[in-house]
Amino acid sequence: MNLTRRQMLCASVGAAAAGVFGFSLSASATPEATAESIKNFAGGKEPAMGGDLTLTTPEIAENGNTVPIEVSVASPMTDDDYVESVVIYAEGNPNPDVAVFHFTPMSGAAEAKTRMRLAKTQNVVAVAKTSKGQVFMDKKEVKVTIGGCGG
Amino acid sequence: MDNIKPRVKVPKSASAGEIITIKTLINHPMESGLRKGKDGNLIPRQIINKFTCEFNGKSVFSCELEPAISANPYIEFSAKVTEAGTFKFSWLDDDGSVYETENKIAIK
Repeated sequence: MNLTRRQMLCASVGAAAAGVFGFSLSASATPEATAESIKNFAGGKEPAMGGDLTLTTPEIAENGNTVPIEVSVASPMTDDDYVESVVIYAEGNPNPDVAVFHFTPMSGAAEAKTRMRLAKTQNVVAVAKTSKGQVFMDKKEVKVTIGGCGG
Repeated sequence: MDNIKPRVKVPKSASAGEIITIKTLINHPMESGLRKGKDGNLIPRQIINKFTCEFNGKSVFSCELEPAISANPYIEFSAKVTEAGTFKFSWLDDDGSVYETENKIAIK
């Protein structure tokens, strides 16, 4: 095999990155599996795209190991009208589940931030459910650069 | 696990009815269970699977975490302060350990 220095470097960095994530391609989740989970969470309701829910992610994540994400839902957060839970999915991870946030009227605002892992470039989906039974959804694509090889 | 140290940032005081931001961080490897060790075997999963925050015994915020959360999980959320009291934070580990910390807040 005649690899140039650059190709060699890319290949080894890619292999190292694969080792860090340890994700095999066959174990990857699919958008279908995510859609199924969303259906279960929403209780058969069709989630309204956008609306009061905002999912904030970086457009490009250089390091898939720590990708900062933020969800916020515009809600009065009173005893009879508040956001019960927000669930985050990553369509291309081995397991699409990321986190479920549970809010109460004591939360004051339905906002949360955390840092997540992304195996590859993919869509991140957030679904929110309010105490009145409304369901909102937001979706953002995050480009993940693994080892600078354009993965 | 040893050497797990939760860190929490809560304002020392707030005016009644104010919505404050709480930042939490705990050092933990969040081993996903999908990674292979040097010997080629899978490293068993060990993550923080649940985080809860209570204020004077009442639930404020909680979340369930999956292996897709980064190592040293950072969680930021808000809370409405209506009275002086104590925030109690707990992190639940896969191995059954519970890491806890408390923060007091006063009313201005």
